[in-house]
Amino acid sequence: CAGYPGGRGSGSETGGRSEADIISTVEFNHTGELLATGDKGGRVVIFQREQESKHQPHRRGEYNVYSTFQSHEPEFDYLKSLEIEEKINKIRWLPQHNAAYFLLSTNDKTVKLWKVSERDKRPEGYNLKDEDGRLRDPSMITTLRVPVLRPMDLMVEATPRRVFANAHTYHINSISVNSDYETYMSADDLRINLWNFEITNQSFNIVDIKPANMEELTEVITAAEFHPHHCNTFVYSSSKGTIRLCDMRASALCDRHAKFFEEPEDPSNRSFFSEIISSISDVKFSHSGRYIMTRDYLTVKVWDLNMENRPIETYQVHDYLRSKLCSLYENDCIFDKFECVWNGSDSVIMTGSYNNFFRMFDRNTKRDVTLEASRENSKPRAILKPRKVCVGGKRRKDEISVDSLDFSKKILHTAWHPSENIIAVAATNNLYIFQDKVN
Amino acid sequence: GPKRQREQAPRSKVGVGKDTQEKETVIPERAEEAKLKAKYPNLGQKPGGSDFLMKRLQKGVFISPPFSWRLGRQKYFDSGDYNMAKAKMKNKQLPSAGPDKNLVTGDHIPTPQDLPQRKSSLVTSKLAG
Repeated sequence: CAGYPGGRGSGSETGGRSEADIISTVEFNHTGELLATGDKGGRVVIFQREQESKHQPHRRGEYNVYSTFQSHEPEFDYLKSLEIEEKINKIRWLPQHNAAYFLLSTNDKTVKLWKVSERDKRPEGYNLKDEDGRLRDPSMITTLRVPVLRPMDLMVEATPRRVFANAHTYHINSISVNSDYETYMSADDLRINLWNFEITNQSFNIVDIKPANMEELTEVITAAEFHPHHCNTFVYSSSKGTIRLCDMRASALCDRHAKFFEEPEDPSNRSFFSEIISSISDVKFSHSGRYIMTRDYLTVKVWDLNMENRPIETYQVHDYLRSKLCSLYENDCIFDKFECVWNGSDSVIMTGSYNNFFRMFDRNTKRDVTLEASRENSKPRAILKPRKVCVGGKRRKDEISVDSLDFSKKILHTAWHPSENIIAVAATNNLYIFQDKVN
Repeated sequence: GPKRQREQAPRSKVGVGKDTQEKETVIPERAEEAKLKAKYPNLGQKPGGSDFLMKRLQKGVFISPPFSWRLGRQKYFDSGDYNMAKAKMKNKQLPSAGPDKNLVTGDHIPTPQDLPQRKSSLVTSKLAG
C-alpha cells in the first residue's frame, strides 16, 4: 500500500525526545472522519480527514489537526502516596448524533467524556458590553440594539462534559462503549464497572476477581470489550491467556462466565516464560460480532464465539523472539502490551512488533506482510516495502537480523479506518497514516 | 562409542541434566529459561503468588496500599520509613545495584535523590504542529 508519513514527531530519532509525546492510544471514530491520539502527557490530538476536492485530487483524504486539548493531568493520591499518571490509556468514540463529537478518554483512574464542537458564528452587538468584552457604562447607553450572529473563523472547542472518578482501585486498562449507547464499561486489573453516561457518582460493579487474600492472586484482567451488537454481552481477557464471555442478563455480578475460551497447553512446551507470554494484551470483537481476536506476546489468535476449546486461527507475529526471551524478560520487553485491530470487513488483521515493524495477516489468502513505520523508509506517496527478519544463517541484503532489532522502537498501538484501507500507526512519538494506493 | 556433538552451552555452565539439554535443542524457551536461572538463582523463590505476578507488582500494575513504597512507586519522602529502614540497614550489606535491583527486597532505602521530580507545567503536544 502507498504511504505517506503524517508524522509530526518531535526531535530527532536519536535524542531530544520528550516522554510526554509518546503516543499511548490511537482510535478512528465510527465514520473514519476523525482520528484521535492520546499521549503520555495526558493530551488528546484529533485529526480530521480533508474533504475530497476535484481541484486537488491528490490531497484526498489527508488528515490534519482538528483539535487538541489536555484531557488528564497528573494527580497525587496523598492517602496511598501514589502518583497517578496522566497518560491516556484508551480513547473510545461515541457514535455521532448531532453536530458535536463525543469521546471517552481515560488514564489509570478517571474516565472523562469530552465534547468536541465547532463554532463558526459569534454574537455581536451586545448592549451592555462592547466587542472586546469590556462592560459599557449603562448610563451612557441611549439606544437598544438586538445582538446578531455573525460568521467567524472556525473554532473547535473541547469541553469535559462528564468526569467518572473514584471507581477504580487498580489501573484502568480498557473502556468500551455499549451498543445501547447509554452505558459503557471500564475495566481495571481486578474489576469491571458499568456506567451510565449521565451518571457520574455511581457505577455498577459487574466483574470482581479480587481474592479475599491477595496472596492467592493468580491472574488479572488485561482487556475487556462489549459485543458490537448485543448490549448484554461482553468479554474480558486475563493474564493467563483465557477469555471469558459474560451475559449481563444472567446475574448482576458476572463473576460466572457464560463461555470460557482457553487453548490447551502442550505440556512439553512449558517453560518459565509460558504464562508470561500467554498473557493477553488486547481483545477485540470482529465487526460482525462472530469472532474475537486476542493478542499475546508472540501471536494473534482468532476465536469463533461458538468454539471455546481452541482458536480457529493462530498467526505468528515474531516467533524468532523465542530465542530471546531471557533478555526480553530482563529488559521488561516481555511485558509490552501490543494491541491488535480488524479491518472493516474482518478479512485482515494487524498488529505491531519491534523495530517499528507492524504486521498484517490476510485471513482469506493466509498471506502476511511485515512493514516498517519510519521516516527513512517512508517518503510521501511512496510504496511501503515489505520487510523481512532473518533468523539465522545467511542474511540477505534487505533482511535484518534478530540481533539488530531495536527493541526500544515498539509499535503497540495501531488503528484501521472502519471502512477504507487507511491505517494509523503510532511509533513511539510519531504518528504514521498509510493508505491504499488509488489507481 | 560414537562422539556426540553438542550445540548448546557446555553442561557445567548451565547445570542441567543430559535429557533436558537434548530437549533444549528443540525448544528455545527452555534454553532461555536455563539462561535466566543461571543468572538469577533466586528466581522462583519469592513468597506468595507466581513470579510473573510479583514482577507485575513491581511495575506498579496493581498495588496493595501497605506495600506501595517497597514496590518503588512511592513518590514522596517519608522520614519515618527512612529512619526505620536506615536502622535496619546498619548491620546489613546494601544490596548491589545488580540485576536484582528491581525485585522486591524491602530493604532499599529511598532517599530524596531517588525520587523523580514532579511534573513540570503542561506543554502542547508536538503532534499538534
